[in-house]
Amino acid sequence: MASLLSKGRVASPFVKPLAQGREGSPKLQIVVGIVVFPGSNCEHDVVESLGSLDAKAQLLWHSQADLQNSRAIVLPGGFAHGDYLRPGAIAKFSNIMNSVVEFARAGGPVLGICNGFQILTEVGLLPGALQKNRGLRFICEMSQVVVSTANSSASRQLAQGAQLSIPINHFEGNFTCSHDTLEQLQQEDRIVFRYLNNPNGSVDDIAGITNETRNVVGMMPHPERACDPMLGSSDGIQVLASLLEAAQ
Amino acid sequence: MAMKYEVLVEVSLREGIADPQGATIERSLPALGFESIESVRVGKAIRFRIQADDASSAKSTVQQVCERLLANPVIEDTAITITEATTGDAK
Repeated sequence: MASLLSKGRVASPFVKPLAQGREGSPKLQIVVGIVVFPGSNCEHDVVESLGSLDAKAQLLWHSQADLQNSRAIVLPGGFAHGDYLRPGAIAKFSNIMNSVVEFARAGGPVLGICNGFQILTEVGLLPGALQKNRGLRFICEMSQVVVSTANSSASRQLAQGAQLSIPINHFEGNFTCSHDTLEQLQQEDRIVFRYLNNPNGSVDDIAGITNETRNVVGMMPHPERACDPMLGSSDGIQVLASLLEAAQ
Repeated sequence: MAMKYEVLVEVSLREGIADPQGATIERSLPALGFESIESVRVGKAIRFRIQADDASSAKSTVQQVCERLLANPVIEDTAITITEATTGDAK
């Protein structure tokens, strides 16, 4: 919101690319699809933050199968289908998820944030699962996150070892997986973000991971909520900028 | 002729997966004077009715439902109990 206000633009669910954009800027043409499930609640934050990067965002309702030529897909935070049964358990059967899986398998960049990360594990694009936080508390606070690898679609503009301030906001953020899966993630350098001070009990301080082909990333912290100094941090902008670069 | 069966699916966290709800309940019991309880695990119970030719075909359908929807095999196990429905209209 702040970024839009500061630029004097009108807030809209569909952010249009700047009409007189920077000549030759490759980012102008990138259209990012943001999937909206019943119960998603962070989609407009993602639209706003992508707008500040001069990308075009379009909201995609979950019951449609058409990704409408999106070059990157974001599964935003929230409580898809009320988190009934388990977070992501019902969302994985939405029409659009078949298309998202197909898009991901073809190498398209996909970022799942918070509830989106939970959905990506449920649908099998990412390994492991997110269970209730250690301590059984819903946690909403700024977290310090370290970039563990720059080799992913959501971290390619970041330096390995960089420390980011990005808020978390979840009850089920405690990443867990089998011992074998954890070893595989470590050996293949697929842990993208780690918490500096593990807030929820995640194994190996994991805050975000990527798939084998490094185009799908799931993360519990909300980069879209850290995209303007007015929000307390603008560190998240580099995560979304990485996604846009991967979409080019 | 198709039969009706009552199904109980119990979903619990797999062995070795931390169960913070169970641990919290277990820790609170001694304060209430219950000193003899251990190994508390919290899960979900899901009940429904199913129409099938026989108990084994009912069970195989329920197993598929468990794998595809009711449980996340990464962290959860299921136990299925199937009994013949007593009357066709029982709620």
